[in-house]
Amino acid sequence: MITETYPEKKVEIAAEAPKPITKLAIICSKGSLDMAYPGLILANAARMSGIDATLFFTFWGLDVITEKKVDHLHVATVGNPSMPIPTMVGGLPGMETLATGMMKKQMEELDIPGVREMLEILHDSGAELYACRMAMDMFKLDPKDLVPQVDAVISAMDFFDKAAGAQVLFI
Amino acid sequence: MTTLIYEGHKVDVNPEGFLLDTAQWSPAVAEAIAEEVGITPLTERHWKVITFCREDAAREGQSPGLRRIAKLSGVDMKELYQLFPKGPGKLAARIAGLPKPTSCV
Repeated sequence: MITETYPEKKVEIAAEAPKPITKLAIICSKGSLDMAYPGLILANAARMSGIDATLFFTFWGLDVITEKKVDHLHVATVGNPSMPIPTMVGGLPGMETLATGMMKKQMEELDIPGVREMLEILHDSGAELYACRMAMDMFKLDPKDLVPQVDAVISAMDFFDKAAGAQVLFI
Repeated sequence: MTTLIYEGHKVDVNPEGFLLDTAQWSPAVAEAIAEEVGITPLTERHWKVITFCREDAAREGQSPGLRRIAKLSGVDMKELYQLFPKGPGKLAARIAGLPKPTSCV
């Protein structure tokens, strides 16, 4: 039998706490009511915890910050895998309006602010809101068409410059 | 649970630094926690927020969310972020000796 003696090693237990998140960059690419909220709520929760937040609205996400659309976002009843009704029923006239009304009522009961107020809160909190230049061109939108809380219209490359050091989230 | 001594006051806190028993809170404790998170001194505007949070929590049975503070305390959202730059959602409650708010807004 071979007995080996190892020198006693002082084991350092990793006592270092995980590094807290200091910056969050969220790409908001969807324009339905149910997909608008996650990005807005997460960004707000980040700011409330002292985490920097930058939001980049692109493609349908632009609806969330477009003056004419922000108050009229809908819940998608068709093509929404989480919708608990058959797709064919979801396609019937009035279904989107019904589902949207139900969701808005639920949120009001929970005292969750509307999308426009969420944008105001985010702006006041110091979160940065940007619109995607390419998507703006695609949808023939002018900066004047956007809500006043938007800081600037920028390219995707500009966004990554602004997101330096951030955790990036795509919604 | 950790027991800390703030300015001679013994307080029990959770790992995030929130007081476990709001009755152990005192203005001196608030000043000490504020100093720990880099807010010195607490101004009259800070106290307006802290007092509102304590009164609201006593009434409602839970720490107010940030939107509620901004709506009802007389200090608006922008100023709340100036007063508590490292995160007013958590810090206002922590300095006021209350649990971390559960509201996401």
